[in-house]
Amino acid sequence: MNWILEPWPWYVSGPLIAFTMFLLIFMGRQFGMSSNLRTMCSMCGADKKADFFNFDWRAQQWNLLVLLGAVFGGFIAHFYLSEDPTRVAISSETIQDLNNLGFDSAGKAYLPTELFSTNVFSEPLTLLVLLIGGILIGFGARYAGGCTSGHAISGLSNLQLPSLIAVIGFFIGGLVMIHFLYPLIF
Amino acid sequence: MRQIGFLVIGIFFGIVMFKSEAASWFRIYEMFKFQSFHMYGIIGSALFLGVIGIQIIKKKNLKSFFGQPLNFVPKDKSFSRYMFGGIIFGLGWALAGACPGPIYVLAGAGYWPILVVFAGAMLGTFIYGLLRKKLPH
Repeated sequence: MNWILEPWPWYVSGPLIAFTMFLLIFMGRQFGMSSNLRTMCSMCGADKKADFFNFDWRAQQWNLLVLLGAVFGGFIAHFYLSEDPTRVAISSETIQDLNNLGFDSAGKAYLPTELFSTNVFSEPLTLLVLLIGGILIGFGARYAGGCTSGHAISGLSNLQLPSLIAVIGFFIGGLVMIHFLYPLIF
Repeated sequence: MRQIGFLVIGIFFGIVMFKSEAASWFRIYEMFKFQSFHMYGIIGSALFLGVIGIQIIKKKNLKSFFGQPLNFVPKDKSFSRYMFGGIIFGLGWALAGACPGPIYVLAGAGYWPILVVFAGAMLGTFIYGLLRKKLPH
């Protein structure tokens, strides 16, 4: 059973993600995580501010259950199915690059403690980085009509050209952020 | 009954996201630096099976668990919304090191600052809703 506690290799993880997508397809639904954000905005009353949120969000309750499950799944995986501490064995080159940027936790943690330890709640600049990251994710996902699950997995699996354009966009944005903006931000 | 099904699928998905390390900021950074095959292997193998599986579903006209026909709705044709929206999403994905699925997974795993990313994602979605009519689609 030790293999469960170790990180799962890509050739196990990738097929299991495809399996998740097929389960949802056979449940008569589509795999897509970011549309939950729109649903939750509508539940919070955003429909009074913009037509975009004026839709029958109750029909999306199934996806909120998937979201809730994902929260439980994260809890179970972290506290019951992982070694403590949970380290991510990224490449030595990556560790070196991150050390140069000031991320000393590279190779020693699951997420960089510089961004995701509770200490950051007293660091306004770090909070701003996280908030801006979130705003770009939420805005971009809705503008593009989907995120990694909706476009890169579901859309491309169904050979959708729009999803290919979106995924190319994801990579342009990601490469610009990591190669040009990170040295300015960190 | 169906409700429990969705919840269980979500739990399974959350465990896979965490254990695959696709929910790790480090893996996203490494992917955009092209320093490991890991993330490409995950996305590539998921897609390989996804493309084959959907072709089989369409060819054999497979039905849902509940006996209903499966419809795949084609995405609307456009360029600008997918390219511009995609670039903006990519900037955020690389900055926060998480896409929407992993945001929920990491919240469950107890990494509380991810809730700031979540709040930002809600705000970003709301801003899109306000500006939608003024944006090229």
